[in-house]
Amino acid sequence: MATVVFERVSKSFGRVRAVDELSFTIREGTILGLLGPNGSGKSTMLKLIAGLYRPDAGRVTIDGQEPSPKTKAMVAYLPEIDYLYGWMTVRQTLEYVSAFYADWDRERAEGLLKFMGLDPEARVSRLSKGMRARLKILLAMSRSAPVVLLDEPLSGIDPTSRSRVLRAIVSEFRADSQTVVMSTHDVVESEALFDEVLFLKDGRVALTGEAERLREERGKSIQELFEEVFG
Amino acid sequence: MQLRLDQHSPIYQQIIDEFKRAIARGELKPGDRIPSQRELASMVQVNPNTVQRAYREMEQLGITETLRGQGTFVTQDAGLVDSVRREMAERALVSFVQEMNALGYGCEEMVELVRETYRRVLAAQGGESDGDGGV
Repeated sequence: MATVVFERVSKSFGRVRAVDELSFTIREGTILGLLGPNGSGKSTMLKLIAGLYRPDAGRVTIDGQEPSPKTKAMVAYLPEIDYLYGWMTVRQTLEYVSAFYADWDRERAEGLLKFMGLDPEARVSRLSKGMRARLKILLAMSRSAPVVLLDEPLSGIDPTSRSRVLRAIVSEFRADSQTVVMSTHDVVESEALFDEVLFLKDGRVALTGEAERLREERGKSIQELFEEVFG
Repeated sequence: MQLRLDQHSPIYQQIIDEFKRAIARGELKPGDRIPSQRELASMVQVNPNTVQRAYREMEQLGITETLRGQGTFVTQDAGLVDSVRREMAERALVSFVQEMNALGYGCEEMVELVRETYRRVLAAQGGESDGDGGV
């Protein structure tokens, strides 16, 4: 289990401030929904935690440590881009990825393979977009990593695959040992998954809180609050 | 059990209400086993922490009890069904009265309309009345 902390973190690309003096603490044992339109800084935040970007200013820490090879072992990161090798089969992809991580849980991976309806012998290049998304979530959730980062796991896939992906996150999430951060703009479908939400606007916090408390206090769904903030 | 979550109010509360409704309607009986927290979370695609909160509260309310290693069960308490049923009826009545009041109906009119509607609805259902034969 791990706590992720942003302390006045800024990150720019050219003239664009992707993340702007952002301070935020991600509580351990929770699923955080990172919500905002395209270009609001969601992916940049995830990459800063994954150690793929370094902050221009401020500090990102995982259990007090700045991202390093050591923290990378603690983080399972599902990128938005398609990073899988098309020439591998599903089975070969699992073998390949599992070799990198000491926390790979073979039993969980086999269970998810069945649940996702993935054919182990199918070539990745021949999988539909939805099936590829299922494979990606399988790879992320088959590790017992304390921190799981999911960048747009629902984006551009069919409803059945979306539902499978959401179900896999719920059933594999270990509240006693994991912290999950998931970015999405499919708020309607995913809002029941989140303990907390963070609305990002131009790299800053536009609204944040416990999802249940926000529903209670405002009498609105997270989707409606999203429309209020970004509409 | 089916859950229709509308997400405008806290989800843990809606989970509790669904169980109460199922008990009041007799779909769940005292002593029946309910899904494990993990099963329910996966079934309805809800955060496991939210389900845990709902289950904790149901146990505190005396609706369910967890037997170690065996699962969670509807409480074996004869008074439970009545009290849950009564509570759900109370809620329906309060919202009915508030709504009718806002529409400008007084008590006598309301009662009269309830009688009429009750007969019409039962007639539409094929004239079956359960038990005491009407209002």
